[in-house]
Amino acid sequence: MKLALNVNGTDRVLELEDRTSLLDALRDGVGLKGTHAGCEHGVCGTCTVLLDGEAVRSCLILAAQAEGHAVTTIEGVTPGPGELSIVQDSFVETHGMQCGYCTPGMVLAAVALLRDNPAPTRDEIVEAISGNLCRCTGYGQIVEAIALAAERLQRSNTP
Amino acid sequence: MTVQLQPPFRYVGKKRRVREDRRFVAGGGHYAADLVLAGMLHCAPVQSEHPAARIVAIDASAALALPGVHAVLTGAQLAAASEPLMNGANTPLVVRYPLAVGQVRYAGEWVAMVVAETRALAEDARELVQVEYEQLPFVTDGEAAMVEGAPLVHPPHGSNVLLDRHFFWGPVEERFAAAPRKLAYRVRWARSSTVPLETFAVTAQWDASQDVLDVWASIQMPKFPDQIARSLRLPGNAVRVHYDVDVGGSYGVKRGIKHAVLVGHLARALGRPVRLVEDRLENMTGGDMQGPERVFDVELAYDDDGRVHAMKMRALDNVGAYAGRSPFQLGKPIGAIVGPYAIEAVEYHALAVASNKTPQEAVRGFGQAPTNYALETGIDKVAAALGLDRLEVRRRNFIRAEQFPYLIPSGTTYDSGNYHGLLEKTVAVADLFAERDALRAQGLLAGVGIASCLEPSGGNSSFEPLLNPMNRTTTWMESCRIHVDALGGITAAMHTTTSGQAHETLVSVAVAEVMEIPPERIRVIRPDSLASLPSNSPVGSRMAIMLGGAAVRAAQKLRAQLLAIAAHDLGVSPLELRYSEGDVHAADGRKLTWQELVVIAHREYFRLPPGVEPGLSASSIYMVPTGGELPKDDKVQMYPCHSFEFHYILVAMDRVLCRPQIRRYIIGHDCGQVISPDVVKGMTLGGIAHGIGAALLEEFSIDAQTGQPTAASFMDYLLPSAHEVPPVEIVHQTTRSPLTVFGQKGSGESGYLGSPAAIAGAINDALAPHGVRVDQLPMRPALLSDLLEGTHA
Repeated sequence: MKLALNVNGTDRVLELEDRTSLLDALRDGVGLKGTHAGCEHGVCGTCTVLLDGEAVRSCLILAAQAEGHAVTTIEGVTPGPGELSIVQDSFVETHGMQCGYCTPGMVLAAVALLRDNPAPTRDEIVEAISGNLCRCTGYGQIVEAIALAAERLQRSNTP
Repeated sequence: MTVQLQPPFRYVGKKRRVREDRRFVAGGGHYAADLVLAGMLHCAPVQSEHPAARIVAIDASAALALPGVHAVLTGAQLAAASEPLMNGANTPLVVRYPLAVGQVRYAGEWVAMVVAETRALAEDARELVQVEYEQLPFVTDGEAAMVEGAPLVHPPHGSNVLLDRHFFWGPVEERFAAAPRKLAYRVRWARSSTVPLETFAVTAQWDASQDVLDVWASIQMPKFPDQIARSLRLPGNAVRVHYDVDVGGSYGVKRGIKHAVLVGHLARALGRPVRLVEDRLENMTGGDMQGPERVFDVELAYDDDGRVHAMKMRALDNVGAYAGRSPFQLGKPIGAIVGPYAIEAVEYHALAVASNKTPQEAVRGFGQAPTNYALETGIDKVAAALGLDRLEVRRRNFIRAEQFPYLIPSGTTYDSGNYHGLLEKTVAVADLFAERDALRAQGLLAGVGIASCLEPSGGNSSFEPLLNPMNRTTTWMESCRIHVDALGGITAAMHTTTSGQAHETLVSVAVAEVMEIPPERIRVIRPDSLASLPSNSPVGSRMAIMLGGAAVRAAQKLRAQLLAIAAHDLGVSPLELRYSEGDVHAADGRKLTWQELVVIAHREYFRLPPGVEPGLSASSIYMVPTGGELPKDDKVQMYPCHSFEFHYILVAMDRVLCRPQIRRYIIGHDCGQVISPDVVKGMTLGGIAHGIGAALLEEFSIDAQTGQPTAASFMDYLLPSAHEVPPVEIVHQTTRSPLTVFGQKGSGESGYLGSPAAIAGAINDALAPHGVRVDQLPMRPALLSDLLEGTHA
């Protein structure tokens, strides 16, 4: 089937099997490899992308269901080649990652949280990332990163 | 003997951004599954539905009839074209191939591999592969597998016991006879694993015009290219493994040798690139990535003061259907078998038993965390038996700071330590006993957990010849090569994969420290295996010591080259020169700058000392400090360095739901000289989280009646989320190792080695007023509430 997807602000027409998940469409159809597969049954959150700004699991959504919605991947929150957004830079500052595999999903979960809640408490940060598993960090430096990002975003006039 | 660099340091130990993070945070990591090659084919395994069965026939005709399906490879076909996978134990009749040959030995074992144009098509096609089985009796319990008459997993081997080694170190019986007090206990460590979020992925491509097999794999595997070559009957230089793949977590398990042999064979046979990316179900049931599963029977001989004089430990490990390296996980803990305690004599009986379960693979700590749990349980029991404070019993048994270097009964010398110092520093943070009592006064069950344990680090292979005298491997090097280009840029190469431990940052900091040049100016690369010097991999908590050591050695050679060039050019002795931030200064004020030295080395041969080769390049193949000797009298120096961690935690739960909640987590950590503080912190926090999983949540459970796995997805194998991992307070102490270039020790396994023991201790402290205790992990709420049923509130 032919599908029109809006990914990171660009409209794309893809020829896909009906059964293709949004995750596979992004990785194999669009060629954006920053979205990673973890469990492919909706538990680990590694494949998190934003759908109209909300964090969703791209392994549980068919590509067809994303038609008519704005899909944002990690590539879409990166300002430009070699540049980092405030949230991304905060993850680097606190070393909120190790192997980097869950990191794109984690960053997008943080972006979704901070869009709705610019000054989250620790508990709210924990709740927001509790659907994103990380096996390396024990979450401590990720929580620090998101708190730092919130603080920086409040003092910034650019996202 | 290593000449140690002394503080103050310019870059070592300083807060600095981790260079790898910049690509990861932008989604720019290059993982094995990201690779796209023209004409690439995809795999899906056919898995066994039985724990033990004879394969009567495989009919792949319907699958092969699907358009786009290229092959269905069976075990018999692969076995005819390859050598068995390497077997670490001395069990020549326990033969292992990537696909089952003739018989399946566990539910989930790969029986055939379907290759098709897309992964989805391969999955469709595997549904059409008809395998006819004749079911056989099976056994999944390790102790049952040892009983006479138990079904044999490998009948030609004649028994299910794959390893049975009995060690006696010191006067065990004398100490037991002399001791006024003894106790005996049993603890169980259930099968869990590291379960990285990236499953195993590998792509292989055969270049028929050059006779080279290119492999991109998510691995953390020593001797990986050699093993593929041997199994595929290729020369060693016909396998090129690309080490610049980013690995999405491993913590020990990403060995993947069966996957790579399989895909390498297919790529060669089909003349197309072939890729295998496990899905989660395949990973958890047939990926051969589960960890130790142990029953410990321990006896301690101690006195009225709580001093433990001798220990007898039997460790029975259910290693699953094949041997691999897993029996060695009983060997590594020998290097710290007495933990931080001055226990004088030890009897250790190591038993690795095969069963009809998924084979084991290496897990963070290589068997040390279960052993630590067994030992710490005993120390708590001694305290309970004498009515003594658990902290005090540890103080009385700790090796004292002035006793280092300290030789333990099993032959390892601990390099350095200050256990009393870190204990006192850690308990000074808070009075958790008072906090516990306050929680109890509120009606909660509450307990304090304590665990003190070692992290042997430096990754030697001494356990191999110790457990299997046929295996004489003692050399375990790591390497680094540094090159200065004609414009003066520095590039350093490491020669293995990396899976999140920030090795590029490590190399850049180590080289920068010696060259006195900012780490940001040093590029770090990971060339392929054919362009690499000999190396192993980031196992055994070794890279800070080993790769850090190699990087420093290579940089020191480079510095010596610069000084030799300058000495010749200036007409003075190198001893009269001073190196500073890349420039070389003579006593009379003359100097040669970095750029001038680079120009001489690359372009002005007439200015080079006679006999000196042009260019600027240096390398080091660094051997494990203290390593290299074969065992004598069943004793050997295991790892060189010994980090120490002291866990001090508070757990609360209500008596109805019994869901343990960690209220305070304080850890004292001493890994010698820290090189990258944020990296060490992350390792410790991540290790604690992993230990929380092993202690409370994670188990590869199996249905004993059917032999079927009952935890094969993330819905029934539970990984800790951000909710389960509390904030952690870290207390630092630095006791430098005399054996390493900066005084560093390992930290890659920190946290995990003691957190399960600490959590178990806290829960038992919480249960103690109710007269019950539990000596098995994981301690799930149902287990705890069943125990409390009928006790008084």
